[in-house]
Amino acid sequence: MRPDETTDAATERDGGDAGGTDLLAAREISKIFGGLVAVDDVDFAIAPRSIVSIIGPNGAGKTTFFNMLTGLYKPTLGRITFDGRDITGQRPDRITSLGVARTFQNIRLFGTMSAVENVMVGQHARMKAGIFGAILRTPAVRREESRVREHAREMLDYVGLQSSVFDQIAANLSYGDQRRVEIARAIASEPALLLLDEPTAGMNPNESARLTEFMVKLRDERGLSILLIEHDMKVVMGVSEQITVLDHGQKIAEGKPQEIRENERVVEAYLGKAAGD
Amino acid sequence: MRSLTEMRRSRWAPMVPAIVALIAVALFPVFRDPLDSFLGDSIQALALVVMALGLNIVVGFAGLLDLGYVAFYAFGALTTGWWASDFFSAVNGEKGIHVGASEFAAQLPGIHFNFLLIVIGAILITALAGMVIGLPTLRLRGDYIAIVTLAFGEIVGRFAQNGDELTLIGDYKFSNGRQSISPIDQINLPFVGEFDQATNLRPYFWMGLALVLVVLFVNFRLRDSRLGRAWIALREDEVAAASMGVPLVKTKLMAYAVGAAFGGISGAFLGAFLNSVNANQFQFGFSIFVLAMVILGGLGSIWGVVIGAVLLSFVNTRFLSQLDQGIGNDVLNALGLDFTFNEVKFGVFGFILVLVMVLRPEGLLPERRRKLELTEGVGTGSESVYEARA
Repeated sequence: MRPDETTDAATERDGGDAGGTDLLAAREISKIFGGLVAVDDVDFAIAPRSIVSIIGPNGAGKTTFFNMLTGLYKPTLGRITFDGRDITGQRPDRITSLGVARTFQNIRLFGTMSAVENVMVGQHARMKAGIFGAILRTPAVRREESRVREHAREMLDYVGLQSSVFDQIAANLSYGDQRRVEIARAIASEPALLLLDEPTAGMNPNESARLTEFMVKLRDERGLSILLIEHDMKVVMGVSEQITVLDHGQKIAEGKPQEIRENERVVEAYLGKAAGD
Repeated sequence: MRSLTEMRRSRWAPMVPAIVALIAVALFPVFRDPLDSFLGDSIQALALVVMALGLNIVVGFAGLLDLGYVAFYAFGALTTGWWASDFFSAVNGEKGIHVGASEFAAQLPGIHFNFLLIVIGAILITALAGMVIGLPTLRLRGDYIAIVTLAFGEIVGRFAQNGDELTLIGDYKFSNGRQSISPIDQINLPFVGEFDQATNLRPYFWMGLALVLVVLFVNFRLRDSRLGRAWIALREDEVAAASMGVPLVKTKLMAYAVGAAFGGISGAFLGAFLNSVNANQFQFGFSIFVLAMVILGGLGSIWGVVIGAVLLSFVNTRFLSQLDQGIGNDVLNALGLDFTFNEVKFGVFGFILVLVMVLRPEGLLPERRRKLELTEGVGTGSESVYEARA
């Protein structure tokens, strides 16, 4: 699929959403592990075509929150709706097929598959071939396979991977390239919402800046919304339209970057003295 | 014009050795006596290749360690027992039910179906059984899957053993227990006619070879498909696979069902070829035997598994008994040991497994990916989605 087509599809989706209400909304969700309240009564919403961030100290519940949005965890309490549909506690693959894709904090590529194959798996939910189609390799299945393979190469190209390493085993790629493949795999599933869990971890400032630009490009060209967990304040402040701050599982602040920068509770809990200066 | 022939040559060039080998294998029975015992052993080897290829889908592709594979052999063989003998002799007022049966079988009481129908029936029954065994293992991983499947294999084995006491519908028994269901109808194919084991084993060999080819074809097609990629993704990292849109339950059940169906095909064929179906065939050791073939050949590697199955099958049917008749017996006697190699054959298979693990853990003909995993420590996900979702 060409980028402009995706944009059209995303626009259509937004149009059907009764005047651009929230793409994703979480209402009063909590996650309790035994005695530990990892996420405590958090309200959260993302508008279509926006970039928002969740920040907070280590152990604040950011990744747990992510895992609830993508279906890996079931919220103990609360509701999550996506595109007007209740997705609370749905299976991860269902949520992916509805249009939510993610990357992982510690890269989780399929190590022994090539870069292209990894991205092809990302399109699983957009494919139809069943077991008999695969055995008989009907013309429709054949077309689908070549389309998906072609799309995978386009996506890898889009995220800036050298075409010489497309068919390399993912585990042998450099760290930066693995990050790229993971993002390509996520956007190959044609999501409306992309969740990035600390995508700049381990990147130098130059690479981080490039990724920041890329996120804006994703939003503008492909009409995606992006939800970002990030520790690099330069990235967060530069790219986010809205920031949510979690601490000990609770939402302690929400607002535009400037407001967050000046929020006393946030400075106290997270940003520390240096940022307050 | 010339470029066209060159193109054709380049496209078919890699296939030439395979085609030559296939023709050689297909012609081999012609040069042996029709009742040659080596021919009989080769037919068993072919059936075991089909089994091993089936188990390879579950264990090699999808990474689900199945120790109860004998259950599918049992169901496949029992299907033949039920539908190609006078086992249900009371059926239809002792006149029998006949669909596509040979002239001879058509006069007998009991159910007599054409072998192709039996194979289709065996596929359906074992695929269903495969999904039934799959269901309780869906939330499990690794060793725990092995334990549950092992128990399932044992349960099916016990049912087969006590099947003569087990009446399911009316007065019809489940199996004949340790007594055989025998004789089984000879395989009777449309346009080919009826095989006759008593005079000529060659048709059984070609039938076995045809089954191997079909199963190989299906294996290759599935491996290079959406489903095959999903299996490998699942094996590599379950959490990531689910997050990329791979439905875990469906994908795992599909692996169990396809793997089981191959076991069923092979079981149905073995039932007809061995001309008897009895519970002694369905022992736990058989599951390990097939697993050893897969591991010896190389987990996930289709050609490797074929080689592993042929090798171990001949070790079982020929090498051990020849060893016992030859030098092996003398050695054991000299050591004052009072057993034969054939009696401790599972010990021998175990020893072979240990040797493989130590000397060549990736198997004789390793799959590209698996080799990488073992030599470079690639592959992450040890965490289960269900652990994470708890």
